[in-house]
Amino acid sequence: MASPSTPGRFDKYTVLLPTYNERENLPLIVWLLVKYFGESGYNYEIIVIDDGSPDGTLEMAEQLQRIYGEDKIVLRPRPTKLGLGTAYIHGIKHATGNFIFIMDADLSHHPKFIPEFIKKQKEGDYDLVSGTRYRGNGGVYGWDLRRKLISRGANFLTQVLLRPNASDLTGSFRLYKKKVLESLIERCVSKGYVFQMEIIIRARQLKYTIGEVPISFVDRVYGESKLGGTEIVSFAKGLLILFATT
Amino acid sequence: MTKLLQWLFGVSALVAVWALLTFDLLDLSLPQTYREVAWPMPVYLLVSFGCYSLAIVGYRVATFNDCEEAAEELRQQIKEAKEDLRKKGLKM
Repeated sequence: MASPSTPGRFDKYTVLLPTYNERENLPLIVWLLVKYFGESGYNYEIIVIDDGSPDGTLEMAEQLQRIYGEDKIVLRPRPTKLGLGTAYIHGIKHATGNFIFIMDADLSHHPKFIPEFIKKQKEGDYDLVSGTRYRGNGGVYGWDLRRKLISRGANFLTQVLLRPNASDLTGSFRLYKKKVLESLIERCVSKGYVFQMEIIIRARQLKYTIGEVPISFVDRVYGESKLGGTEIVSFAKGLLILFATT
Repeated sequence: MTKLLQWLFGVSALVAVWALLTFDLLDLSLPQTYREVAWPMPVYLLVSFGCYSLAIVGYRVATFNDCEEAAEELRQQIKEAKEDLRKKGLKM
């Protein structure tokens, strides 16, 4: 059993932020990251992977770089929208941290949980710490009854079919040891929601240890959130593929 | 073994036991009560599982945390952030 430890002088946390049309949210998420990392004293960097956003996200990122420094804000843009898995791979190549945070850049994930993730990881020397909306005081803002029903129903089905021993498989606010993330990504073949699920399943197959931290997910703090038929269908397809192949 | 195979294996084993009991396949001359109980079991189990699932999902939907304070806190911080970034020279 690993003994608890405090982050050492050599621990560095890289935050990977894939962005597409996040010109308005990017400065806000960066400000929050700088605030909470700054208060915590941990060593960090933020890698912005912009996929050729037409709304000027990259220019915004460059402004932020001038304000916060090139060591803290690293830019690794790509010419077009190429997908999340490859964005992570691209980002990891340039990561100088030994730990990687994955999160959404649209303010649905709050950096205030970062110290909790780090503490949890140290508690059990976990290979992966997953933010969960379904346990403890985790939860969601901005979902109506229909959305909650679909979410819980889909999660229940996933638990029955895949028995993953993790409460939130489609969540994308996670902390990984760098080597663990590298080895998981190279084994994953799916896209979108299912990609996040597949990572957990592969982690179980490879006997990696997984810790959980309850998080609040604020979906569209202004305006409505929608979940369409196509997403539900592609989730179901992805679930069945994982069921049949893992 | 994939999850699909595990399920097929498990279901086959249960079906085999059920068929054995219901149709007395090994000519064990089991008491009539065994057969009477075994025969409707698949339907009973499916219905029970259905009810269990509805109850669990219903409970989880009802107790799904609504993070009002988190949204309020975020709105406040957004205001603060915009102000601070303006001071630092960010053009939004």
